[in-house]
Amino acid sequence: MTHYIPITDDDRVVMLNTIGSERIEDLFDAIPPDRRFPALDLPAPLSEPELRRELSRLERANAHAGSHQIFLGAGAYNHFVPAAVDQILRRGEFYTTYTPYQPEVSQGTLQAIFEYQSLVCALTGMDVANASHYDGGTALAEAAIMAVNVVRGRRKIVVAPTLHPQYRAVMRTLLQGVDIEITGDENPEASLAEVAALVDGSTAALMVQSPDFLGTLHDLRPLTAAAHAAGALMVAHFDPIALGLFQTPGEAGADIATAEGQPLGVGLSFGGPYLGIFTCRQQYVHKIAGRLVGVTRDVENRLAYVLTLRAREQDIRRERATSNICTNQGLMALAAAVYLSLLGRQGMRRVAELCYHRAHYAAAQIARLPGYLVLDQGPFFKEFVVRTPRPVAEINATLRERGIIGGYDLSGDYPHLGDAMLLCVTEMNSRGDIDGLVEALKVEG
Amino acid sequence: MMHNYEPPIFELSAPGKFGANLPQLDVPASALPDHLLRGDDLASLPELTEPEVVRHYTRISQRNFSIDTVFFPLGSCTMKANARLHEEAARLAGFAAAHPLQGDELSQGALQLMYELQEYLGEISGFDAVSLQPAAGAQGELTGILVFRAYHLDRGDHERTEVLVPDSAHGTNPATAAMAGYKVVEVKSDARGNVDLADLQRKLTPRTAAFMLTNPNTLGLFEEHVVEVARLVHEAGGLVYGDGANFNALLGIARPGELGFDFMHYNLHKTFTTPHGGGGPGSGAVGCTATLAPYLPGPRVRRMEGAGGFEFFTPEKSIGRMKTFHGNFGMLVRAWTYIRSIGAAGLRKVSETAVLNANYIQARLKHVYPVAVDRTCMHETVLQGKLAAAPEVRTLDIAKRLIDYGFHPPTVYFPLIVPEALMIEPTETESKRTLDAFCDALLAIAEEAARDIETLHQAPTTTPVRRLDEVRAARQPILKYDAEVFAKLRAEGVQG
Repeated sequence: MTHYIPITDDDRVVMLNTIGSERIEDLFDAIPPDRRFPALDLPAPLSEPELRRELSRLERANAHAGSHQIFLGAGAYNHFVPAAVDQILRRGEFYTTYTPYQPEVSQGTLQAIFEYQSLVCALTGMDVANASHYDGGTALAEAAIMAVNVVRGRRKIVVAPTLHPQYRAVMRTLLQGVDIEITGDENPEASLAEVAALVDGSTAALMVQSPDFLGTLHDLRPLTAAAHAAGALMVAHFDPIALGLFQTPGEAGADIATAEGQPLGVGLSFGGPYLGIFTCRQQYVHKIAGRLVGVTRDVENRLAYVLTLRAREQDIRRERATSNICTNQGLMALAAAVYLSLLGRQGMRRVAELCYHRAHYAAAQIARLPGYLVLDQGPFFKEFVVRTPRPVAEINATLRERGIIGGYDLSGDYPHLGDAMLLCVTEMNSRGDIDGLVEALKVEG
Repeated sequence: MMHNYEPPIFELSAPGKFGANLPQLDVPASALPDHLLRGDDLASLPELTEPEVVRHYTRISQRNFSIDTVFFPLGSCTMKANARLHEEAARLAGFAAAHPLQGDELSQGALQLMYELQEYLGEISGFDAVSLQPAAGAQGELTGILVFRAYHLDRGDHERTEVLVPDSAHGTNPATAAMAGYKVVEVKSDARGNVDLADLQRKLTPRTAAFMLTNPNTLGLFEEHVVEVARLVHEAGGLVYGDGANFNALLGIARPGELGFDFMHYNLHKTFTTPHGGGGPGSGAVGCTATLAPYLPGPRVRRMEGAGGFEFFTPEKSIGRMKTFHGNFGMLVRAWTYIRSIGAAGLRKVSETAVLNANYIQARLKHVYPVAVDRTCMHETVLQGKLAAAPEVRTLDIAKRLIDYGFHPPTVYFPLIVPEALMIEPTETESKRTLDAFCDALLAIAEEAARDIETLHQAPTTTPVRRLDEVRAARQPILKYDAEVFAKLRAEGVQG
């Protein structure tokens, strides 16, 4: 017995009798006898109190935002998550339900996704948002596939070297079997203007991130113009929190815009599950991958929500589908919808301001420390690059002893920067926390 | 379910409200770069307080069926009950608030959990190596096909351009093969619901890179010639991919690695009861033979030599990373907790009971609803909505009428090779009382269909909305809230 299985011994006897079998083992006659019922070598089961103790032992062996000050971002961000977000996510009506293929009994999920799509469009200034992809990196890979489907006959994608290194790696992994060339990031020092100059008559899309991986904000309009002049699409990857203050992909004229949606009410969770935000212009909606929710009416003329434009999807189109994606990040999209609803117009602006001003305060303080240099790379949002007097690994090791998780070590991905770390400051890092970081760095310098 | 209409959140907004209690600015303000600011001051985002937001989402939640409220016999979806402890576990601060790049030293608990889960999944399925990275089943499939591709190319075998897929396969299989650059070749099923061996042999050629097989297949049947199928594919130089969507039938019953599969994905959100979440997140860990292990996506976790402890590593010939960071970690915590709470005997009990329940439903219904292939089924049974007493009835009508009886419909019209398919997967977490009530409802519906088919055509009548105009939704897509569009709908008489 387990506490999850409600079939009693008596039930089993009656049920086997109805089936016409004597023993439960008889139901498995189709399995080769010599490979039937393997003995599994697994740890003995634990009761809930024992398991809680074991879980607690494991979780205590990890640092986390409650035990350490986090000044690390690089694609996963320690942003504030209002308590109400998780309370909504914990509703069984949401988390124990399935994909809303039966709309009459799924209006809750469908309305939530419709509102997610609407809120993302409002935030980004884009026309269409889908019901989400796995994460920011896979959303970008889907953008590459969509671009070559939209711009027929072109198979080259030009990416900026300041696009997150892991996103570029994910794109290369996912697209290795198909004839799509990813280029533009061979020189890690290349400027965006230099990258845009690589866009030519065989290019399907230019992909640029702003704020970029190193934290710098860019005016994407000239890049969009360059891409369009060559007949290519502009794909912008953005930080949804930055949009509380800064230029939207819609304003930048992007054709496709993607983001890692984790900052919108989805916790750090050691890297997942996260949220792949995917948006595009109206004219490309039939080429979009993933689920879409639309509005219609029922037989009594009541407003209702339903999955729509389904002919693009794998369960109908099979090998001719726009993607093999089946799921979306439903629960994470719900988190983002609740988050955006709670923060709203004022809150989104406030969070962006807190990140911006605190990050600039931190940069100014660190710039005064002997041995440290804050690189001037133009306007930045919440992340910035600091050249360090000693290798980053060494500095981070001593920061750890002070309960601080330091910045991302850039020496691997961007060797031309030398000993440099990418620091991140959000609304979760108070002035006192920042002063503590500066003090700790000073000792190291 | 709640029947009252709930307006879009944008219509509950009023200027000046906010719903989050944020810190005050405690540092001097810095100059903003004017030329980079957004121009609309976020004017189209809504403005609400916390109580309004909570009520709104709570109200719409009540317009859903869920496992917590009703039986979800969705074939190939494994809608088993979601354990409450798992939700607590994944939210422990050391898991939920850990940064993915904080480094191995600060992440030993998470790494140990991942290492152990790799070991458990390998043991359960008979595979030598496991990667937890793929985000969902479809990504697990793509991982497998890309690993196969890398393996063939690494051996200098460049001629393999085709992937074979049974005609009963999930749509993700052919879509995946196409996404990996392969031509899809379909293999027929035989009268007993197995892969047609003669057709398979005809289609196996030096161009065959792989055969993708779901076992039990989507007819709910164990592939009787699975060992022979694998032998034939291997003889042709191909590899066998296992779609693990139906693995809930095999825990402690058989190990795919011992049946001839080279690679498979696990749907942790099915078999290992991480919640479906209304469509995701999934989690599609993969397992494979030692031969293929060097090509797996990284990072994986291993024990450190000497001192003890755990570390991330990337296999030497890895195809690369499938997604950002290390996989859907929160789902891994839930799956680990599940395996530790029921152990080996519990897992076998899960599959035995899932199979018992499906066969019980099949036995109770097959004299009224024809069974696609009359054999002992595994964890699901495929019936047909073809009633002798009401030949004009359609499966869709039966499915919609089930809703009025308080049940989520089964998977319908799948697999594609079965006309009017009703694919029923009860899982092990339902009581006999529920299974009987479900069978009674389907039998009652068959009688209704013979007596007054209009009752079925009208169904459902007990839901917040009734049947929808899906054609209109696709012809005139409205994919986001727009006050003018909604006003126009209302002017046309749409209520809401």
